[in-house]
Amino acid sequence: MSTSTTTPTAAEAELAVQARQASARSEGYWAGVWKRVRRDPVTIVCGTILILMLLAIIFAPLLAPHDPYQGSMLRRLRPIGTDNYPLGTDELGRDILSRLLYGGRLSWFMGIIPVALAFVFGTLLGVIAGYAGGRVNMAIMRVTDVFYAFPSVLLAVAISGALGAGIENAILALTLVFIPPIIRVAESVTQGVRNLDFVDAARASGAGAFTVVRVHVLGNVLGPIFVYATSLISVCMIVASGLSFLGLGTKPPEPEWGLMLNTLRTAIYVQPWVAVLPGVCIFITSICFNLLSDGLRQAMDVKG
Amino acid sequence: MVFYLLRRVLYAIPIALAVGFVCFMLVQIAPGDPINAIVPPDAPADVVEQVRKDYGLDKPLPVQFGLWLGKAVQGDLGRSLATGRPVWADLSTAIGNTLLLAAVASLLGFTLGCVLGGLAGTFRGSVLDRIAVGTAVAGVSVPHYWLGMVLVVIFSVQLNWLPAMGAGPGGSAEWAWDWDHVKHLILPAVTLAVIPMGIVTRTVRGIVAEIMNQEFVTALRGKGLTRGGVFLHVVKNAAPNTLAVMGLQLGYLMGGSILVETVFSWPGTGLLLNSAIFQRDLPVLQGTILVLAMFFVALNLVVDLMQTALDPRIKRA
Repeated sequence: MSTSTTTPTAAEAELAVQARQASARSEGYWAGVWKRVRRDPVTIVCGTILILMLLAIIFAPLLAPHDPYQGSMLRRLRPIGTDNYPLGTDELGRDILSRLLYGGRLSWFMGIIPVALAFVFGTLLGVIAGYAGGRVNMAIMRVTDVFYAFPSVLLAVAISGALGAGIENAILALTLVFIPPIIRVAESVTQGVRNLDFVDAARASGAGAFTVVRVHVLGNVLGPIFVYATSLISVCMIVASGLSFLGLGTKPPEPEWGLMLNTLRTAIYVQPWVAVLPGVCIFITSICFNLLSDGLRQAMDVKG
Repeated sequence: MVFYLLRRVLYAIPIALAVGFVCFMLVQIAPGDPINAIVPPDAPADVVEQVRKDYGLDKPLPVQFGLWLGKAVQGDLGRSLATGRPVWADLSTAIGNTLLLAAVASLLGFTLGCVLGGLAGTFRGSVLDRIAVGTAVAGVSVPHYWLGMVLVVIFSVQLNWLPAMGAGPGGSAEWAWDWDHVKHLILPAVTLAVIPMGIVTRTVRGIVAEIMNQEFVTALRGKGLTRGGVFLHVVKNAAPNTLAVMGLQLGYLMGGSILVETVFSWPGTGLLLNSAIFQRDLPVLQGTILVLAMFFVALNLVVDLMQTALDPRIKRA
């Protein structure tokens, strides 16, 4: 008798301790991540550069010395360091600094939005495939295989080439390119979590599939998928600017870094160092996103 | 093992069919009537109807796909809207040029990547390691079309050492192994080599570092094997995965060279695609994408088979 009365309390105590430990661990996890990020100078520097860049393109109207669309035939292709035009002027006499500031808006937009969309749809499909298994998994993963059979740049060029130039078409093409890799990551992470004891326990206690996924699976898979998605931003930015560089994506006279590179290409014999400036912006942004993603991966202790 | 190989080869068939279907759909998703991709816009109405019948465009989509596929496997990819020539005629020379560029670029990138990655993986945490990691990150983050422009500015505009565009003197498309032609290959090949260099460096560094940490390496050292002997063992263990990554990179180079070819006016598939996009020449766009994607499918298959053959541990039944 005595055992039957003490056992539940002991078990309860044990559960309470476990719960406290779990909650302490979950608080400690993010604190730990932040602590590790703070100790990593590369991540901090890259994060700072990206935040400054973001602020610069948000406040472009306040910072830009000139109208990015207003050109003049009288001051075409001025060199870097010209009075009033610190970074020179382009082939239509427009201020490069102002165009770079405004151009960042579209370049960032086209680098992040497709990855964000692909993150949403890819996670959705990948988690469904990973959790449901069987025929559903088969159907989703085999379709993914087909898109994997295209080199990513080629697929982006093919889709936006067929649809025609335009920001919406480019975003659609890039989203389609990045959904399959995210599905693969989401599927494999979900499969890893699905067979863990606590998921079995939740299922055994009568929770429906939707509840199990929402409460128990998503929390454990979103981190790794998110880190993977951040590593795609840099690729996406390069490919998006590349599409504009090919004349797909943004249309003139809209300022965008890839398109600026394209139109300035004819000027490399006149003002070579002005012509390569938009590429410097793409390079800095992409390398910072790459290093930031590496830092996040280490800080969040995500494998793979 | 035999079953695995057989299954892998058979699995490539539905994938190839599906890839073909996606390429077929490219013209279908293009805005406007697909007939406009075949006849010039000023063709009279009765000609349009005749062509529609001849091409089977009045039949349901699956039938159309079958007809198109039947022609495609026989090498008939239709005719270019811009030139009126068969797509395959222009495509075959372009593929040769792209293959040449991709082969030289991958040789360069893979060699550098293996050396850098191998050294970095062996001497982890050293200055060398940091240099290799830095180079690798820069390599995968650089917009290579921009790097091409920078190289042109330095070596063509400022130094006047190397030509800025084309594949031979006077814009000739015929390739020959002499200095005049090789000169044209250097800048595009270096530009294109940067991304595989970065990725191979990263991969090899990771693989080598992992192998070096394993007990058998310590055992080999302990029994007094020379550095060269240990090195051979490491190479043997690193080879299958490294080759797999390299194979995929070669495929990405073929597909991704479009930007570099545009910068250097290299007369390959990329330039062909670029002009097809510019002129909305859908048959050329479709044909080029189809051939490049099929090449990638075949490459994937070869890589998988090679990996299985090289690594006796893989017994995927």
